[in-house]
Amino acid sequence: MNTENEREKERRAAGSGTVGGSGADEAGQKGQTAQRSAAYSGAGAEAPAQERSTYGAGKAETPGRRGQTAPREAGAAHASGRLEQAGGSGAPVKLELTGVHKSFGGRKRPLPVIGGVSLQVREGEFVSLIGPSGSGKSTLFHLIGGLLQPDSGQITLDGRVINGERGHIGYMPQQPALFPWRTIEDNVVLDREVGGSPRREALDEARRWMERAGLGGFERAYPHMLSGGMQQRAAFVRALLSPQELMCLDEPFSALDAFTRSEMQSWLLDIWEETRRSVLFVTHHIEEALLLSDTVYVLSGRPSAVLRRIEVPFPRPRREEIAESAEFLALRRELTGLMKEEQRRARAADSAAGSRR
Amino acid sequence: MSLRLTLRQWFRSAWPPFVAVLLFVGTWEAAVRYFHVEAWILPPPSAIAQEASRSAGSLWMHTLSTLRLTLLGFVIGSAVGLIVACALHLVPLLKSALYPLLILSQNVPTIALAPLLMIWFGFGLLPKIIVITLVCFFPVAVSAMDGFAQTDRTMLNYMRMIGANRMQIFRKLEFPHALPSLFSGLRIAATYSVMGAVIAEWIGAQKGIGYYMILQKSAFRTDRIFAAIVIVVALSLLLFLLVTLIEKLAVRGGRRSGEVREGGERR
Repeated sequence: MNTENEREKERRAAGSGTVGGSGADEAGQKGQTAQRSAAYSGAGAEAPAQERSTYGAGKAETPGRRGQTAPREAGAAHASGRLEQAGGSGAPVKLELTGVHKSFGGRKRPLPVIGGVSLQVREGEFVSLIGPSGSGKSTLFHLIGGLLQPDSGQITLDGRVINGERGHIGYMPQQPALFPWRTIEDNVVLDREVGGSPRREALDEARRWMERAGLGGFERAYPHMLSGGMQQRAAFVRALLSPQELMCLDEPFSALDAFTRSEMQSWLLDIWEETRRSVLFVTHHIEEALLLSDTVYVLSGRPSAVLRRIEVPFPRPRREEIAESAEFLALRRELTGLMKEEQRRARAADSAAGSRR
Repeated sequence: MSLRLTLRQWFRSAWPPFVAVLLFVGTWEAAVRYFHVEAWILPPPSAIAQEASRSAGSLWMHTLSTLRLTLLGFVIGSAVGLIVACALHLVPLLKSALYPLLILSQNVPTIALAPLLMIWFGFGLLPKIIVITLVCFFPVAVSAMDGFAQTDRTMLNYMRMIGANRMQIFRKLEFPHALPSLFSGLRIAATYSVMGAVIAEWIGAQKGIGYYMILQKSAFRTDRIFAAIVIVVALSLLLFLLVTLIEKLAVRGGRRSGEVREGGERR
């Protein structure tokens, strides 16, 4: 049974060109094609094909892990799948937000910040969130990171509800937030340390990645000796080494100058295409979002909701040159228009709210 | 970060105050000689130096005794201060209950408690250690608590996002982050502890610089009192330097307390 399953999986991966994922995860997957559902029934799983549109706030069924062989298989599929494919529409859902609401302030005059955000990050997918400033992108991250509890709605990771639970994500903040008293290598292994893994092992891997990040020779340096771009790369490696698969990057390049920023973008593109982690990336830079992502969610102003979901069609591996293609420019124009309009609307709403007070 | 470089830097910042002290001593010497001031009112520096070298033996004995007392009191007092700071920081309820009282308690002049302590605990080591502890513990506790409270928000946020628990946040972030602040408290405590020791010796002791000063006061030996004062200053300086040295070893990553403020790293 076991070997049969694996063979089946290989065939599927080769045939459809998408990440196989585990039989268990796929059982609960949404929006598969008919061909794929057929493959599942062949593997002995029932997978009702569901349209994305029917899948909304009232999430009826949560996929559970079935069978004893499943976890091991999941690991194998994960390792082989990662390198081949951008988390396309077929990969299992990693992170999912369903109708998440969050308000701040007192009960008398609540200030709604997040007004029903639903989004998905599939395994191995690079997802960007863009939106006008003040659209609660950081709040959304704090909700995902478990620092805040949503007022309503669900946040699930691998199908499990993680509302208000911490420690499920790798994180790269806006400022590098490297600890000044730790050397770069000690900073980079911090996530592992907090996760409780042996230091020696973490350090070995850290050194390898630091080499790849152009930080070779700076392992024993302190953060204040590094340039802003290098500090951000170190912060990225730290998130990359996190034992958690999902990485949340919160406007990581916003503090950098334009040149360093574009350098960092292509660097991130390279590294990410190599590692294929699931990434949720917050930015207000449209071009950056299009260049890096598989999927872009456009958020509205406060209280934010998803205005539009755009699948970025460019094949991987990508080069910066795609930014000059007509398709890219058209997408960018569309997004810019959308954002400008939204920013105007948000500002109007804000000033209206201001005059009411 | 070679030692030679830091020595040179140290020398560069040390010579202006050194010259100022030399000028001060020179003026003192000249003024005393010019105005013919009586030696029992204000002896010239040269006479003080002569007397100090004449009675070097007994001065050394008293100095050692005071140094021992000071170090013991400083270590115990600072440890108590640090423990109190950690406890109050980690248990917010404790902090809101005790912190105001702690501040209020500083209006009680610790020195004035010394005679009371002598009555309760006799003339041994214990009351003296208690005096020094009372003097030391406050600056250490307050500076450590300040340091804990001023932990960088983005770093704190980061630790929370990756799921660090309370103790991990304290051990890996808050404590090392508070070190520069803690050390500025320790430096103040170091100088206070010498003062505490001398005062404790004034009130009841058989040896030590404080005891020596009381003895010489009744004999109007101003020169010897001055010699004792110089030793007290030297002891304070010594402890101050010792704390600074330990800070250099303990605080890494280019953020000694002075630099942090200049660099604006922490506002």
